[in-house]
This record gives sequence, structure tokens and C-alpha cells, in this order.
Amino acid sequence: MEKFDAIIVGAGLAGLASAYTLARAGVEVLALERGDYPGAKNMTGGRIYVNPVRNLFPDLWKNAPLERFIVREEVTMMARERSVTVSYYGEELREKPRQSYSILRSKFDRWLAKQAEAQGAVVLSKVKVDDLVIENGKIEGVIAGGDELRSGVVIACDGALSLTAEKAGIREPGAARDYAVGIKEVIELDTEHINARFNLEGNEGAARLYVGEVTRGKFGGGFLYTNEGSISLGIVVGIKDLMDDDPKIEAPALMDEFKRRPEVASLIKGGETAEYSARVISEGGFKSLSALYGNGILVAGDAAGLVLNIGFTVRGMEYALASGYYAAQAALRAREAGNFSAGTLATYKSLLEQSFVLKDFKNFQETPNVLGNPRFFRHYPELAGNIMKDIYAVPAGSKNRLYPTVKQYMTVREMWAMFKDMWKLTKT
Amino acid sequence: MREMTGLKAKLGLDVFKPSKEEHIKIKAGMGKDPRVKKAILVCPAGLYSESETGEVILTIDGCLECGACRIACGTDVLDWNYPEGGAGVQLRFG
Repeated sequence: MEKFDAIIVGAGLAGLASAYTLARAGVEVLALERGDYPGAKNMTGGRIYVNPVRNLFPDLWKNAPLERFIVREEVTMMARERSVTVSYYGEELREKPRQSYSILRSKFDRWLAKQAEAQGAVVLSKVKVDDLVIENGKIEGVIAGGDELRSGVVIACDGALSLTAEKAGIREPGAARDYAVGIKEVIELDTEHINARFNLEGNEGAARLYVGEVTRGKFGGGFLYTNEGSISLGIVVGIKDLMDDDPKIEAPALMDEFKRRPEVASLIKGGETAEYSARVISEGGFKSLSALYGNGILVAGDAAGLVLNIGFTVRGMEYALASGYYAAQAALRAREAGNFSAGTLATYKSLLEQSFVLKDFKNFQETPNVLGNPRFFRHYPELAGNIMKDIYAVPAGSKNRLYPTVKQYMTVREMWAMFKDMWKLTKT
Repeated sequence: MREMTGLKAKLGLDVFKPSKEEHIKIKAGMGKDPRVKKAILVCPAGLYSESETGEVILTIDGCLECGACRIACGTDVLDWNYPEGGAGVQLRFG
């Protein structure tokens, strides 16, 4: 019976990066995808930052089907009846090579699968991995569609829940406090309207984050990215907070409320929703990373919990691509050694530790605790809104001096609390 | 209140391929378990609802396979799997 060097479970970014790298090295690799095609089950907010992974796949980026390069960044603190937005535009965001792009995964992943196939990888769609072949405590392959498929190593790239890693016995089902759920609508709108509304030219793009009332003060926020001919609009909410009854609201209702906000409604007016999708997102950072390897198995991308939220940026796709690449490197070394045991595959962890992947996760390991502070989602957006309201208000009579106006909100106690929160955020 | 019509319309935009079986099931006797009730709040597709008798009912059509219910409720109360290969939601944009 034919035996592959590596079988990859899931043709997302981690899986395809792994397949591409292994095939390029001349290794027999099979990637199994349960969707109709690679990308059929994958969604992102989304934006990808290319810099950290540019050199891992040097020939890849020139023709990659990315949407728009982001030149306008905005964060909106959304209070109940008003909002305050900080906007950042810089020439550096326009310079080549461009830092980040909006992206639609069904398109991108299908293309990436073709690149992996061109290198010699076999990518099979509509095949779900049902179980693992485990002999003497080592994973020897997978069972898919009743067939036993054997390999030196199995690389689990099956997303945030990673049932594959669970079946391998190296991971427990996730806890609500470590996960958020993301919900997105892709809203089709013509290029002219997008460019005019977001002050863009050509294939420039805009990214916006929203925090506060968008999640009714629960952990999370809203996002908006401009694609070539559509807008990706959505919310991310902590599952633990969503399960709490304070306030009790169903996830789809939060999304509808967000769309109805006047600040958002005017941006998507005339657009037609084309797709509605959702996924869970790991939010625990370094401390909730899953096991990265076991006997005959490597875990990459979302499956390992490699998503990093540091407030202004939420990143996962670069970590997926890079971890897929390093998993492939570890598999290549194990193949050379003729040994796919956990001891040999541990190289994978060292490779990640030496790379930006685990360096980032370690650098920002305290950030999830700091961002868990409900003041960021409940208190500050209202505070910022109230101060702006009073500063800008012109009443019929005389207007109060600004200092006492601001001082009523910014008491010494408030400023001290704010200072501590900001200190903790920037210290991490 | 949930705007059922709006949500149904949104799900109607997605491509779904039929599945031979229900890939997520509430385990027998767990319909009134408080852990299952959490799914009503977290499911982006609004597939969980409470019947008049206080039992949680799951309608699997329109499942986005996001995994939120598995995380929120846990595998003690839900029999949770992905649909078979080639079945379920097929994203065209992602």
C-alpha cells in the first residue's frame, strides 16, 4: 500500500503552506480538505500582513489574489449614542512592499492550493478525515471515507477546534473564556462607491475597527475591510461574555444592531449582502496555545491556537502560513532522520521559538489579560463620547469653559485608573 | 427578539450542500440542560431555540460550522462533528 511522507488534514493557509513547502522539497504529500474546494470552509475578517512571511514563500506573493492594500486605518470608540474615531494615514502604508492587504479566503485558498499542486502536492477536496490510525502510541495515518491512508507524519491544520489533535490525545476541547465567535457579511458594492466613501484611489484599501457598544460592552469589537468589489463587515464577541446574561443578547442580533448604526449604515448603503459566515477564534494567546506536536503528529495554524489579538491588530493568517512552513521543515528533518516520533518532531517547536511566531506570542503573553478588562469595552467609549459631546456642544446660552467641562469626567481617580490601564496595555 | 426573517434571508444567500445526517445533535436527555441553553445566545445562525416545554431544539439546516456551540456547551451535552466531505456550507467569498 502506498504510504505518503506527510498527510495534511485541512487545506487552509497552514495546511497549504505545509503542502507547498513539502512538495517543493520533493516529498510526497497529500492534503485532505473536507470542503468542496480549498477555502470552502475558511473565512477571515480579514486582512493579511505580508511582511513576516514574505521571505518564507519568495515566489508566491507577486501573483497572489489579494484584494486591496490598506492605507487607511481607523479605530472607532462606539458609545450608545455617539462615537469617536481615530484615523491614521501615513505615506509608509503606501510604500512598497505593502504591509497589509484585505483578503477573501475562498479565492485566496483555492489559488494557493493550485500553487501547492504545481509544486507536486496532491490536494483532495470533499474528503473528511474521520479518525486517526494509531499504532503503539504513534500516529501512522488517517481514516477518511472508510479508507486507511498511511503516512510518516500527520499535520493537523484543521482549524480552531482541531478535532484531529483531540483524536490524537494531545488536546482537550476548548474553554469558552479562550474563544470568541466572529460573524461576517460580505457586502457587494461597486468599486467607485467604495473608493468615494472611504477616500481611496485605485486598489487602496481601508480597515476599521469598532469597540464598545458594537458588542454591548462585551469583549470583542466590530471590523470593516474594503475588498476590491465588496466590504467585509462583522463582529467578534467573546463566547464567555456572550453566554452571560449581562446584557442578554443573541449573536445575530448584535450583528444586525451593528449594521444599523448610522456610522456603519451610511458606509454600506446600496450594497447587497452576498454571504454570511462565522467561525470561532482563539483569543487566549500564548497561555492557551495547544500542543504543537506529538508522536507522529504536528499541529499548525488555528489548530494550534496561533491567533494573536493585541487590540489594534488581530492576526492569525501569517502565523498559519509560517507555522505550516515550519511544520514542513520539521517533517523534512524527521524524514531525513527516518524517525517521526515526538522527540524528533519537537524540532518544530524550536523552529517556531526561533521565528517571529512564538516570539510574538511570548512578547504579548499578558495582552489577553489586559484586553479582558471590561473598561475598554464599556467605560472608555462612553467616556470619550461624553467628553466630545460637551466639547462640541454650543448651547443657546453661554458655553461653559472647557477645563471644568472635561474635569467633571476626568477626575483624579478616573485619570489614575486610565493611566494604569494604558500603562498595562503599552507595557505588554 | 431575534429577527428570524432577516437571518433566514442571510443564510439563504449561502451555498449549502445537503448532508446525509445531522452532524450536531443534542445528546439524549440533555435538551433542558442549562449548558445547552447557552447555544441559543452564541449560535450565529440562530439554529437553537427553546420550545414551549423548555426544551432546546436544534435545527441543523443553515449551520455555518463555526464551532461556537461546541465551545459554549461542551461535548458532554452535544454530539458534535463536521458534516461529511463535500457537504454543508461552501463559502464563495470566505
